[in-house]
Parts: sequence; structure tokens; C-alpha cells
Amino acid sequence: MTVILVALGAALGAPLRYLVDRAMQARCGPAFPWGTLSVNVVGSLVLGVLIGGAAVGAVPGSLVALLGTGLCGALTTYSTFGYETVRLFEDGAHRYALINAGVSVGAALGAAFVGVTVAEAMWS
Amino acid sequence: MVQPERPPIDPDVDLGIARQRAELRVGSTSLLAAIAVGGAVGALARHGLAVALPHPPAGFPWATFAVNVSGCLLIGVLMVLITELWRAPRLVRPFLGVGVLGGYTTFSTYAVEVQQAVAAGAARTALLYLAGTLVAALVAVRLGLTLTRLATGTGRRWSRG
Repeated sequence: MTVILVALGAALGAPLRYLVDRAMQARCGPAFPWGTLSVNVVGSLVLGVLIGGAAVGAVPGSLVALLGTGLCGALTTYSTFGYETVRLFEDGAHRYALINAGVSVGAALGAAFVGVTVAEAMWS
Repeated sequence: MVQPERPPIDPDVDLGIARQRAELRVGSTSLLAAIAVGGAVGALARHGLAVALPHPPAGFPWATFAVNVSGCLLIGVLMVLITELWRAPRLVRPFLGVGVLGGYTTFSTYAVEVQQAVAAGAARTALLYLAGTLVAALVAVRLGLTLTRLATGTGRRWSRG
């Protein structure tokens, strides 16, 4: 059952990342990976809420599998983030590469902390 | 071997490249379906590894670390093969790159695992995991790109003209 929920969530999350990425590029241009940064931060926030909620018994395990492991897991990505950072560096955009690495890690981590805190405030 | 062309910055879709803009005009249904199936396959592989290698809240999350680093190595290999060496059919990059590798690797679990380790009182493990994943993942992408370029003789022809 868990396996089906993970697959279903991921089948939604992966196309969603692609569509957000495309929309952000059409809006902001392809010079900086805004799309990947946004999905990684939003996904970390949502997963934080789910894991924080699960810890206090407010979010069932099936929902964590569907929306957490599946949807947020596939919505967010390390491979695209890593490739973009290295390619920016290769193309001489050293500052963009460093900013992308620092901001992605910092903002996603901040979002995870906020997510867990919000869940604790809401449900405990 | 394909014409020397700047490889994309964004492996999912790079609207700075004319051929990738042209993909959008063909219609999105098959594209989104390929990404969805690939994403499910990748996420199941990640889930399988997470179940096989569980870790306590204060322990080092080896499963996610292995997933993210291996996914980064593979995206480097894949992108050289399908953008620098061989002009792949339309759905190959969406299925393997956006779908499988995007669904396999994860940023959200990485971020939340760092938070969980801090909350469990394992600040040192959290920092080691945070920095260790970042460094290993970027080295893995670079290694995947460089080794595949060396093995296939693609080099960096686009920058030399």
C-alpha cells in the first residue's frame, strides 16, 4: 500500500517540478535556476509540516507516504540542483553557482525548520 | 557525435536552448506522462533504499546521502550522453533526467533530516550531513561529467568554438 502511495505522489510531484521550472524560466529567464530553488524550498516546507504533524500523531503515515515521500520527494531534487550548480560554475558564472548552492541549502533548511515548527504550533 | 552546442544549465528544461523550446510546441501530454512514470520509478527506488537502510533520528542518514550522491553522478553521465554525445529522442531526457533522477533524488528529505538530527540533539551529525551531502553531490556531478566526456572524447568543444 505504502509503495502505491509513494508512486502516486511521485507521479504528481515530478511533472509539477517540470511545470514550475518551465514557468519560472519563462518569467525570470534561464540565467539563474529560480525554478529548482523554488520547488526545493516549497517542498522542504511542506515535508517539514508533514513530518512535524506525524511526530505529534496529527498526520497519518499514509499521508506522509503520498505527500511526503512521494510528492515532496519527487517535487524536490538534488540531481537537477547539483547539475545546475556545476554547469553555472563551468560556464564561468562562479558567483551564481556559489549563490545557488548557499541559498538553496540555507533556504530549504530554514523552510524545513519553519514547517516543523508550524506543525507543532498547530497540532500540539 | 552532435554539433558542438552549449550544454543546458537546467537539465530539466532549458528555454535558453532553441531545441528545447521547440519541444514545447509538440504538446505536453506524452512529455508529462513520461516524467510522471519516471518520477514514480525513481521515488520507488529511493523509498526502497530508505526502507533497507533505516537510521535513528540522531544517526547519519546514509540512505538519502547515497541516493543524492549517486543521483548526481548519474545526471552528469546522462547529460553528457544525451546532450553532448548523442541527440536523444524527445522523451529520453524528460523520462530519465526529469523523471527517474528527479524522483530518485530529493532535497526535502535532506533538509528535514538535518532538522530532525538537530532536534534529536545531534548537531554535529546534522552539520556533517548538511555539508557532506553538498560537497559529495557537487563532486559527483563534476566526476560524472568529466569521466563521461573523457570516455566518449566529447571534451568541451562548445567553449572552443
